[in-house]
Amino acid sequence: MVVRGDSSASAHRAMSSAATTSPSVDKVDGFSRKSVRKAKQKRSQSSSQFRSQDKPIELTPLPLLKDVPAQEQPELFLKKLQQCCTVFDFMDTLSDLKMKEYKRSTLNELVDYVTVSRGYLTEQAYPEVVKMVSHNIFRTLPPSDSNEFDPEEDEPTLEASWPHLQLVYEFFIRFLESQEFQPSIAKKYIDQKFVLQLLELFDSEDPRERDYLKTVLHRIYGKFLGLRAFIRKQINNIFLRFVYETEHFNGVAELLEILGSIINGFALPLKAEHKQFLVKVLIPLHTVRSLSLFHAQLAYCIVQFLEKDPTLTEPVIRGLLKFWPKTCSQKEVMYLGELEEILDVIEPTQFVKIQEPLFKQISRCVSSPHFQVAERALYYWNNEYIMSLIEENSSVILPIMFSSLYRISKEHWNPAIVALVYNVLKAFMEMNSTLFDELTASYKSDRQREKKKEKEREELWKKLEDLELKRGLRSDGIIPT
Amino acid sequence: MAGADGDDSLYPIAVLIDELRNEDVQLRLNSIKKLSTIALALGVERTRTELLPFLTDTIYDEDEVLLALAEQLGNFTMLVGGPEYVHCLLPPLESLATVEETVVRDKAVESLRKISQEHSPVDLEVHFEPLVKRLASGDWFTSRTSACGLFSVCYPRVSSTVKAEIRQHFRTLCSDDTPMVRRAAASKLGEFAKVLELDYVKSDIISLFTALASDEQDSVRLLAVEACVSIATLLPQEDLETLVMPTLRQAAEDKSWRVRYMVADKFSELQKAVGPEITKNDLVPAFQNLLKDCEAEVRAAAANKVKGKRLNIMLPFIRLIQYTNQHVKSALASVIMGLSTILGKDNTIEHLLPLFLAQLKDECPEVRLNIISNLDCVNEVIGIRQLSQSLLPAIVELAEDAKWRVRLAIIEYMPLLAGQLGVEFFDEKLNTLCMAWLIDHVYAIREAATCNLMKLVEKFGAEWAQNTIVPKVLGMANDPNYLHRMTTLFCINALSEACGQEITTKQMLPVVLKMSNDQVANVRFNVAKSLQKIGPVLDNNALQTEVKPVLEKLASDQDMDVKYFAQEAISVLPLA
Repeated sequence: MVVRGDSSASAHRAMSSAATTSPSVDKVDGFSRKSVRKAKQKRSQSSSQFRSQDKPIELTPLPLLKDVPAQEQPELFLKKLQQCCTVFDFMDTLSDLKMKEYKRSTLNELVDYVTVSRGYLTEQAYPEVVKMVSHNIFRTLPPSDSNEFDPEEDEPTLEASWPHLQLVYEFFIRFLESQEFQPSIAKKYIDQKFVLQLLELFDSEDPRERDYLKTVLHRIYGKFLGLRAFIRKQINNIFLRFVYETEHFNGVAELLEILGSIINGFALPLKAEHKQFLVKVLIPLHTVRSLSLFHAQLAYCIVQFLEKDPTLTEPVIRGLLKFWPKTCSQKEVMYLGELEEILDVIEPTQFVKIQEPLFKQISRCVSSPHFQVAERALYYWNNEYIMSLIEENSSVILPIMFSSLYRISKEHWNPAIVALVYNVLKAFMEMNSTLFDELTASYKSDRQREKKKEKEREELWKKLEDLELKRGLRSDGIIPT
Repeated sequence: MAGADGDDSLYPIAVLIDELRNEDVQLRLNSIKKLSTIALALGVERTRTELLPFLTDTIYDEDEVLLALAEQLGNFTMLVGGPEYVHCLLPPLESLATVEETVVRDKAVESLRKISQEHSPVDLEVHFEPLVKRLASGDWFTSRTSACGLFSVCYPRVSSTVKAEIRQHFRTLCSDDTPMVRRAAASKLGEFAKVLELDYVKSDIISLFTALASDEQDSVRLLAVEACVSIATLLPQEDLETLVMPTLRQAAEDKSWRVRYMVADKFSELQKAVGPEITKNDLVPAFQNLLKDCEAEVRAAAANKVKGKRLNIMLPFIRLIQYTNQHVKSALASVIMGLSTILGKDNTIEHLLPLFLAQLKDECPEVRLNIISNLDCVNEVIGIRQLSQSLLPAIVELAEDAKWRVRLAIIEYMPLLAGQLGVEFFDEKLNTLCMAWLIDHVYAIREAATCNLMKLVEKFGAEWAQNTIVPKVLGMANDPNYLHRMTTLFCINALSEACGQEITTKQMLPVVLKMSNDQVANVRFNVAKSLQKIGPVLDNNALQTEVKPVLEKLASDQDMDVKYFAQEAISVLPLA
């Protein structure tokens, strides 16, 4: 007997049972999830750009690039880059207004300039570009506004200096994408230290910034072959720290998105390093509390790996089974979704290797008292490919699934689940009616055998405990040995 | 323990190992937790020769099971035959110290540290130290991380050649390639320094400390600040200035706020470690800078340390701070209330009251909440009346705060406020709030609101309840929303005892009984629960004639949970 409290599970249940009896009453949860009052809350902004500066900033206005002769442009370009190294305090909305506007328009001009001009990229420009970008984007990210920042509920803190920052990112991307851009020169300045700082920025709470970072990192990965292994290793470290130390990093989804396309480009056969990344980093990422924020990207990466190398299916599924959520139903639903994606691409030979532990878990999910979990698992039987795999192996799978299905068909509180289970049982019956009849016939005696085994176990432990007690007394000298 | 081998044959290892391999994780976990019983049944020799190899070879399990195993093995010395054989426990613990999951690894290290004490000096060099070396040079970062925690326990008891090796290993790990290992090394730096000879502290540790304190990752640098406390305590005063202070000064001005935060947070410890002279010349100015730091978290950490400082230095700062950021104000709000007991009534009214009043009107809810949550301190000194006019607007707004935890906190202070402000003030200003919480969209708030009503009734009496609360609560029984209807039941559960038999029988019971026909099963089984709960308050007549038939009807409900709770109520209540 499962005793339900006033948890959300029972609310779901009341909703669905009310819905089946009379749709007009209590059709929906009467409480909206988001409070109306929330609208009052200001959008919070924060910035760590501030580097103590007491004096107002003065920049000497320079002529526009298009207004000077072509041969003077490279020189002026450098000057403008140097000016843009100046960083303003955006938390103080009143200070340096004029100069902020000047820098903004200069950055805009630089963006246009690198997009359309030819012959501007002299060798001297590279260090200046990297310096300007570094000065503006590299900073220690500000602390999160609330200690218990919940990315699903709370509004992210936005970067106050975005009016400048956005243009700097824009400029940098155009620079990296420019036809004249030469990685062989740039690699002197865009080095490991640069990449490391860039990766740290992925923790930014501002989704707009993470989006730009994603493009930047992608371009760097594409153009600098020498940095690729380093980038992968550092992403490794970020993920490991995220999983095992802090559980906090805002840019996991973005990094996974980049990895998705990196994995796509891996050459076959896969290197040991890549397999290790899959098993030791990507699989443990499933254990994190905030999985829902990056699960789609993670599942994509996993499936990419399996499409490259089907022999990885077994370790992947075993890994998922090892980390299967014990208490979080939402996560269980996500796992089931991912598993279905994996099963969609599984090879029959791989399926056979993993079917037993896999269906033991599915059998547990099917009998979950949380109807969303049970429902998600039962949906597998609507998937034609999975059905064909089950049919081929029905002699193994049916005995594993049977007792759960049979029990639920009698006991589950949710009528929708019971109906689904009937369909599954019917499908099994059609697949292998002899085995089905045997299992039905032996259901009772099997249960009794289980009970007997249970009792034997209890007795064994009781005997062991008696022994312990006796030994304990003996060593205390109460019973002579 | 020897001598008792006679009955051991009763327990073939296979049966026991079957238990450890059981398919059900929960059962596996149970058996692992009773591993000592199994070992006892096997006797010391078979534990060494059969059980431990099994445990070493077959470790691939859920982390939960591994954690239990790691813990058990730390207490296994007697079960393998005492200190003489304790090294048998090293192989399984060694593999546990390399797993991914941090809690398992940490527990394995903890157990290893524990049993290291039970090794003789010879065994330590022959068995334990090689294990540490293997871990320290492992391929995957996990084993190297674990090694960091083991150096300090074997160092004091090994020969000087081995000591030199250990120091070398520690040095290597401090400059490891992965930040995870450097963090582990940095966090053990202080502990390792304590067991080293002073000369090596000066030569080895200081250079490692300086290197870690300028690591490229701030997560490593901030751990060095922690180590700084232990290192400074070990060094003679005259060396501090040259060996430690440059690094500490640099940390107080680090470009990462996390490092500065650590300095602010460890301020009291650092102060003690470096002594009064350096504190006066170096730390106080640094502390004042931290109070003015550009990052609010840092200022908040510093502000939290204000309580321990001399007030005449700090009062000007407190005043200054009220013009700064909300984090600081909120941190300060949580400590300045405590100051009132130190300052006494007159000083509190003169210096602190204006601040409280200002903070109650602060735009940030957390600041107001921190003030209200610490009201009892002020209350002891000057009484709450002084604040009541300013309290009200703050309370009203917090009561509707978007964050439910804030709402929850304010509910918890309602009974205290109600008691202080009196029934009239309450009815006039606060009663509506208390009722509004009952239909909050967060369950925890509704639950707390229910509990709050009970406390209010305890304070203001049954008659007050009958006039103000009960009608409104009972009215919700007809609400179209089933969650509201259930709230009526929860309120009745909470209030019946405080309201007494008459109100319960005459007013509450009829409503509960009527709700037994509700369409939603959740409401019906809560009716059964409610009847069980209020039964003891009712007289026998009501129980027999009114409650019993309804419960019997519910006991044959089509929903199995309704049945279950109805039957439970029937069995508990004296229905005869």
